[in-house]
Amino acid sequence: MSSIAHELAKKQKEISVSEFFEKNKQILGFDSLTRALITSVKEAVDNSLDACEDASVLPELIIKVEKVENNEYRVTVEDNGPGIVKKQVPNVFARLLYGSRFHTRSQRRGQQGIGVSAVVMYGQLTTGKAATVRSKISDEDVAYECDLILDTKKNRPDIIKEDFVIWDRVHGTSFQIHVKGKYITGKQSIFEYLKGVAIVNPHAKITFVPPEGNTVVFERATEQMPPPTKEIKPHPEGVELGELLSMAKYTESLKMTSFLNNEFSRISYRVAREICELAGVAPDARPDKLSLEEAGAILEAIKKVKIMAPETDCLSPIGETLIRKGLKNVLGGLTPEFYAPPVTREPKVFGGNPFVVEVGIVYGGELNREEPIQILRFANRVPLMYQQGACAITQAIQTVDWRRYGLEQRGGQGIPYGPAIVLVHVASTKIPYTSESKEAVANIPEIKEEIELALKHCARRLKTHLNKAAKKGKAKVKFEIVQDIIPMIAEKSAKIVGKPVPDIAGTITKIMNVVWIDDSVTFEKKKHHVSVKIYNYTPKSQALHLHMLVPYDKVDQKSLEVKPIEVREGNKVTWDLKRISSTEVYELAFDLVGVPQEQYDDNEVYVSHIDPASVIGVEVLPGDWDLEHLKITEEGPEETMDEGEEGEVDYDEVAEVVKNEE
Amino acid sequence: MKNNERNLRAVDRLTDLAGEVYDQIDSGKIPKMMIPLRTKGNIRFDPKSNVWKYGKAMGARTAKKLTGAQMLLRTMYMLEFIEDMIKDSKSSTLREMYYISEGWAKAKFSTQDESNMLAEDLEIITTCMREDFKLRPEEDGARVIGNVTIQEMDRKGKKKKINCRDDVGDSGYGMPYNVEKEKIQFVDCDADFLIAIETGGMFDRLVENKFDEDAHAIIVHLKGQPARSTRRFIKRLNEEMKLPVCTFTDGDPWSFRIHASLAYGAIKTAHLSEFLATPTAEFIGITASDILNYELPTDKLSDKDIQALNAEKTDPRFNDEFWKHEIDLMLEINKKAEQQALAKYGLDYVTDKYLPEKLTEMGIIK
Ligand SMILES: Nc1ncnc2c1ncn2[C@@H]1O[C@H](COP(=O)(O)OP(=O)(O)OP(=O)(O)O)[C@@H](O)[C@H]1O
Ligand SMILES: [Mg+2]
Repeated sequence: MSSIAHELAKKQKEISVSEFFEKNKQILGFDSLTRALITSVKEAVDNSLDACEDASVLPELIIKVEKVENNEYRVTVEDNGPGIVKKQVPNVFARLLYGSRFHTRSQRRGQQGIGVSAVVMYGQLTTGKAATVRSKISDEDVAYECDLILDTKKNRPDIIKEDFVIWDRVHGTSFQIHVKGKYITGKQSIFEYLKGVAIVNPHAKITFVPPEGNTVVFERATEQMPPPTKEIKPHPEGVELGELLSMAKYTESLKMTSFLNNEFSRISYRVAREICELAGVAPDARPDKLSLEEAGAILEAIKKVKIMAPETDCLSPIGETLIRKGLKNVLGGLTPEFYAPPVTREPKVFGGNPFVVEVGIVYGGELNREEPIQILRFANRVPLMYQQGACAITQAIQTVDWRRYGLEQRGGQGIPYGPAIVLVHVASTKIPYTSESKEAVANIPEIKEEIELALKHCARRLKTHLNKAAKKGKAKVKFEIVQDIIPMIAEKSAKIVGKPVPDIAGTITKIMNVVWIDDSVTFEKKKHHVSVKIYNYTPKSQALHLHMLVPYDKVDQKSLEVKPIEVREGNKVTWDLKRISSTEVYELAFDLVGVPQEQYDDNEVYVSHIDPASVIGVEVLPGDWDLEHLKITEEGPEETMDEGEEGEVDYDEVAEVVKNEE
Repeated sequence: MKNNERNLRAVDRLTDLAGEVYDQIDSGKIPKMMIPLRTKGNIRFDPKSNVWKYGKAMGARTAKKLTGAQMLLRTMYMLEFIEDMIKDSKSSTLREMYYISEGWAKAKFSTQDESNMLAEDLEIITTCMREDFKLRPEEDGARVIGNVTIQEMDRKGKKKKINCRDDVGDSGYGMPYNVEKEKIQFVDCDADFLIAIETGGMFDRLVENKFDEDAHAIIVHLKGQPARSTRRFIKRLNEEMKLPVCTFTDGDPWSFRIHASLAYGAIKTAHLSEFLATPTAEFIGITASDILNYELPTDKLSDKDIQALNAEKTDPRFNDEFWKHEIDLMLEINKKAEQQALAKYGLDYVTDKYLPEKLTEMGIIK
């Protein structure tokens, strides 16, 4: 018996992680030539952006892809980040599972310590060439440069060559690698990936030099860095047994209670004692002596005591304004009809990790109407390019019944069709990916539900817009009748019969019998010009309250003739319009000064103190002005355009038929 | 063309029409015009004249709707244009009027169909004819061959006698768009009947085969759906020269409609049926029965054909035993045939065999 055990023991040697990954390239994102090239760029770019943000510098990235021969490309990614100290360079780039992110809880692109070393390994496996890294930190006058190979048996770096070189950068890192790959353009391409990066990182300037064709520059859309994110300790709720044991083993704390208090967030000494008591573990027991049973008891106890939800200031969502800016920046030439105001949800928690979901929708205009909507998936500001179907974001989109929000969708599920781009961003201190290649967010119920809620929330804003547009479209037809055609008929008939032009007021009010409100906003000379025109097409004079959501402190008071009767919370503005005579056109107009163009591109106008049935063109404010935009009933007033008198046949509708008869 | 009383009456009527619209606006109403519906559901047989005319159903053209408002505006422009033409002793073709509307801003027509229809609307409302409005069709009238002598007033006001057999070439006498008495008079006619042919190919075949002489016939080419002048010309020959009329067309639903508009009155111009239709005209073929009896080469009915046949089943003009039978039979065999399909049996077959047989059967030749 014992001889067999000895036999086996000979075979039981440590399998190097590098060896393992060498055999499993696909889970790291190198399963095809095209994808391998994109992954190489992506890992380096992710790191550069992380590094810049760590150092609070506005990222400036240069990505160069050159064709060396047939299937071999040279990829260079250069950043203006803080640089890496000489001692760390080899480990960072040529040692798997070596990184600064793995043991911290903060919102970062990198979280495993695999990324760029895997690229180095892939490069040397496919081309036999070493990676070249150049890095300079601001303390040094010269940059450190080295050629690196990863020893896949030992998972240790081999430095082939090293030197100090003059570099005209103050600080930064340049990473160059030769890889086997295939360069393509179109849907899943490096260009699309970088475009995605630019959308969710509007503070970055990205220059792309492709193997052929022209250099593309994604200029930054804002000079504002995302607020720095705090690092947090793990929240006890999501901790697993093994994790707890290894944390206990390596902690510097000498007592159970101080261990719990120091290594976890939201555990005070009082709570720590409570946990120990419940678990039957002595509060001053040494953590490194923690047994398996005790650890299990502690986990059970954690579930029972009341622990505050994790702090959420560790997250850095992109925010409404920048999502909008980013989308605009990238749509470039295409003019959509509508940007639904983006939604950033309140942070929530899964398995002890706080996360936040954001959604933006762009609709209509020049976007393609015949195809499925375009989905832009992002996790911690990284665009996700592959495995769309496996991703919780896609699955959430498929679950929503988009027909209710104005998009086509067969059977009310699946990816909807229509002229829309849906952007979803999930930010977390730990994104649960389906695999190490970080291409799909795992289907965690809490996350999927939040995505769904955010989608619905944003879609409702789209629907409100579509309702408004449809109503306006209908009213516009009537408007053309009374505004253009009736006056011409009056004039011509008068001319033929040789009488003075008749007054058309009576006719007009009979045709419309509504108050028509038409608002517009234009941007010129750094000012928004806002105009709300009220056409009283009813036979009586009308009075109403007009409400608008505008940053009132930015209103140029000189441009505003009629002062509001109330301004609440700085932007809820109400005017009392006391008398608009029948057929009068009343205009309320003003300029906004000092508001960035994209921060105000659609008016929110409501009315009250008037019969809702007689107003078209704006929503009616339901009672309480405190209601949020989205809570306002989506059903506006029923339209009162009665068609034709009782039983009367429309001659011209019938005539259509006759034409085709003979 | 000089203004005559009819033109002046047209001006009065049109001014009244504008006056109505003016008064409606002036009294704060929504301008509206009531017009008899020009649909197959609204044509009634008039036993006095034996033709189909519009019934009592009216449709409203109201400014409440965009199309209605546009049509009313166009009406105003058209009225002004017609009145100006009459004032200036000018005239224009319907096509010219369509192009003139280019300058009418919002009243511009989008197709010539639209402007033609409106001209007809005005005829109906004012009980005038479009000639009274100085509007004329640009389409040249049909061709005629046969022993009938016509006196035509030419451009210079000179009267010219033309014999439609001896004084014309192989393409025959070309009808002017105005075939009224002041322009054309029938001097003499030596024929037993008039045969109206749908296609040019068949007209030429009959001419080449000297069918006019052999059968003692006047041959008229309809050029598809016959123009007003063609129908008017045939009606006058029928009435004034006591000439029996028959139609010879392709065998398909559209050809049935050609005969209907010639014999019973067209839906689109039912206000003029009394003036244009020849109620005694008879249909020779090609009928569905002919397709079977003569074993003619055929085509399958298209979806449109089937739709058209089904529509004819509810068309009051086809509501008699003969048509019901033929329409049902055509639907049943699901086939149609061209008149030139008779060439299957040789070029002379149509004149030697088919027509003599059919005409005898119908009692037109003895
Ligand atoms: N351009 C750079 N500038 C500064 N530091 C860098 C740069 N690139 C990498 N690093 C450092 O090297 C570490 C290892 O990077 P690597 O991509 O291997 O792992 P990661 O980014 O931590 O995790 P992931 O596997 O999820 O990408 C990073 O954590 C970071 O500390
Ligand atoms: Mg990384």
